Amino acid sequence: MSECHVTPSITVSHTSAKDMGAPIIALAGQPNMGKSTLFNLLTGLNQHVGNWPGKTVEYREGHFDLSGHSIRLVDLPGTYSLTANSPEEMIAREFILREKPSVVVAVVSAANLERSLYLVAELSALDALVVVALNMMDVAAQEGVQVDARVLEAALGLPVVPMIASKAAGVQELLGVVNEILSGKRVPSPRPPEVRADHREILAKIEAQIAGHVPPPYPKGWIALKLLEGDAEVTHMMQAALPKEVWDAVHDILRAHDDAFLAVASGRYEWIGCILRAAVSRPKIGQIGLTERLDRWAAHPVWGLFILAGILGLVFWLTFTIGSPLQEWLDARIIAPLAGLAAGALADAPFWLQGMVVDGLIGGVGSVLTFLPILVIFFAVFALLEDVGYMARAAYVMDNFMHLMGLHGKSFLPLFLGFGCNVPAVMGTRVIDSWPARLLTILIAPLVPCTARMAVIAFIAPAFFGANAVWVSWGLVLLSLLMLVVSGALLNKVIFKGQRSAFIMEMPLYHIPNLRTIGLLVWQRSIAFVKKAGTAILVMSLLVWVLSYLPNGNLNTSFLARFGHFIEPVGRWMGFDWRLTVALITSFPAKENAIATLGVLFGSSPNAGLTDMLTVSFSTASALSFLVVTMLFIPCMATVAVTKQETNSWRWTLLSVFLLLGLSMAAGTVVYHLAVWIGL
Amino acid sequence: MFVNDRLISLSEMTVGEDATILAIQGGRMVSSRLVSLGFTPGVQVNMVQNYGRGPLIVTVRGTRVALGRGEAAKIIVERGVHE
Repeated sequence: MSECHVTPSITVSHTSAKDMGAPIIALAGQPNMGKSTLFNLLTGLNQHVGNWPGKTVEYREGHFDLSGHSIRLVDLPGTYSLTANSPEEMIAREFILREKPSVVVAVVSAANLERSLYLVAELSALDALVVVALNMMDVAAQEGVQVDARVLEAALGLPVVPMIASKAAGVQELLGVVNEILSGKRVPSPRPPEVRADHREILAKIEAQIAGHVPPPYPKGWIALKLLEGDAEVTHMMQAALPKEVWDAVHDILRAHDDAFLAVASGRYEWIGCILRAAVSRPKIGQIGLTERLDRWAAHPVWGLFILAGILGLVFWLTFTIGSPLQEWLDARIIAPLAGLAAGALADAPFWLQGMVVDGLIGGVGSVLTFLPILVIFFAVFALLEDVGYMARAAYVMDNFMHLMGLHGKSFLPLFLGFGCNVPAVMGTRVIDSWPARLLTILIAPLVPCTARMAVIAFIAPAFFGANAVWVSWGLVLLSLLMLVVSGALLNKVIFKGQRSAFIMEMPLYHIPNLRTIGLLVWQRSIAFVKKAGTAILVMSLLVWVLSYLPNGNLNTSFLARFGHFIEPVGRWMGFDWRLTVALITSFPAKENAIATLGVLFGSSPNAGLTDMLTVSFSTASALSFLVVTMLFIPCMATVAVTKQETNSWRWTLLSVFLLLGLSMAAGTVVYHLAVWIGL
Repeated sequence: MFVNDRLISLSEMTVGEDATILAIQGGRMVSSRLVSLGFTPGVQVNMVQNYGRGPLIVTVRGTRVALGRGEAAKIIVERGVHE
């Protein structure tokens, strides 16, 4: 089940014909070092985002021209080390070892050299041509840290280029050095860290044992080192590759030194320490940095929660004051005229074709398109908070709360995104580093009320509850979140046996947001939404339209209506008649379809008196129950599709669907009978 | 030789206090992630935020790192700075 046990077989299939022979440059670096900023700077919109083959790890590659040659730039996942702790680390090292990029640009932060050189220490032990991009020189200067790039260069044996990626400074120099390496004018001669003296002999013994048995393309010395570090993947691979008696001998050595990974890591930090003593001068001033001052509030267990609540409130306010009018505008000015145009153009076409294009196709496209403004606002705020460095604080202050479900703070971030749309929420669970925690977060994410469901609530609640609609809406949101916590806690107990993953997270320094980075992030997420959700919604809208049209073009006698009548007895538990049942079913392609369906079922006159007809036809108890079920009902089609994609399992996907189906029906039944009992 | 009460877990450090890491207990996976973020025996850590419950923040090798209380309890430190 765990993704951590992937076999080392990553081959990249993104290569198109025009790339053949184009030199590959790989960007490597730890998180929060400005790697993405540099990538965006070099490639601009000329980039492609996807997944690494067979993995749910984002793959980004782009192109740029360097003195007449097209260069393929591959952004490796941000990793702290190259030990197989996560799929990201596996991908990064397998790519370097197998694809053998012409140059590896290692992005490090001048303000945080000690830690960021750790990855360089690992990289220089691979047979790769590494150039060090010494980024964030401005942040270092602000903190009074001075880095001598020439000394660093001499100590590492690797070219070092000082730069400020956020201000596009030093990029030409970096490209100049890359060009020199590509043309063979300059050859880096890395001086990788040595293993500490007390473990050198053991390493030599292992190397001698495995000699001749190491499968290509792995360097022998590197394999021996990773064995000593207890790297699960390399150990697994070598156990299979070595003859039994050799493996037994190696295994005995390793068992006798199972704390060697600490010695290896300490050795790397000692190597870094020596380099830093020569290259960095850091006048010790006891000044309190901006980050520390802000964190006194933002990371405070009480004030931090208030700040988070304030930010959440602001996001919703923005969404509804800017997003909703924009959404209506799009609907009135683009979708409606488009539908009119299509209806006119197809006036002579068969009625079914007209219906399919106007209601099915344009209706489907419309619901995707009109949700974009709200999502773009959500993505923009999210990207801004991420880029500024606030998101780590949000995760930190929510850690205690998330423990209720056996999760930790990091799971809060995708759930937060879920208020906009559950699709990016499920995809956003990639930030969670343990697979059980990630799976659990995916399972509960659909219980976060998304904007589409809020649109249904906003339409129906005022009709039945008048001035109290606001309280009913709030109650429904709270009910959803309560269900989220309860099901999270139960799932954790039952399926995941209460295991909890480790919460270890870097708190990056706050910094001025980079609009280019944010813009590209919003662009990519929006495109991903349109592609994923768009196709799913479109296909399902067409299907639902066909079912509501066949066999004789009348919805009231269509297959869909017959199905509604068929399962009406089940709907009765929750106080639904067949029309509410059908409306609920058609909310599967897109939640807001529920209203459109009711509109069609009650005589198609757009909005004119639909609310009045609803209040006449249904009791308040039925309406309340319908709202509750809508809030908790099975995830929309697009969410189910990404759940399948992210879990790579039908079993978990179906569990997610049936969990919510059961939960919503149970809640609806209880609420309906309670409401009838108190006389609504 | 140091007195016993100088040996504590990282979660017991008070805000502003410096300490030196002596050992990291717990599973290989967690240790390995801690190590790649700079937590190794002999390194100096400074407690930035610790309210006695919930997660805490420490500075290690110039980086602020948030740790769950459970993870912090597995890191054994000696109070004060020693070379």
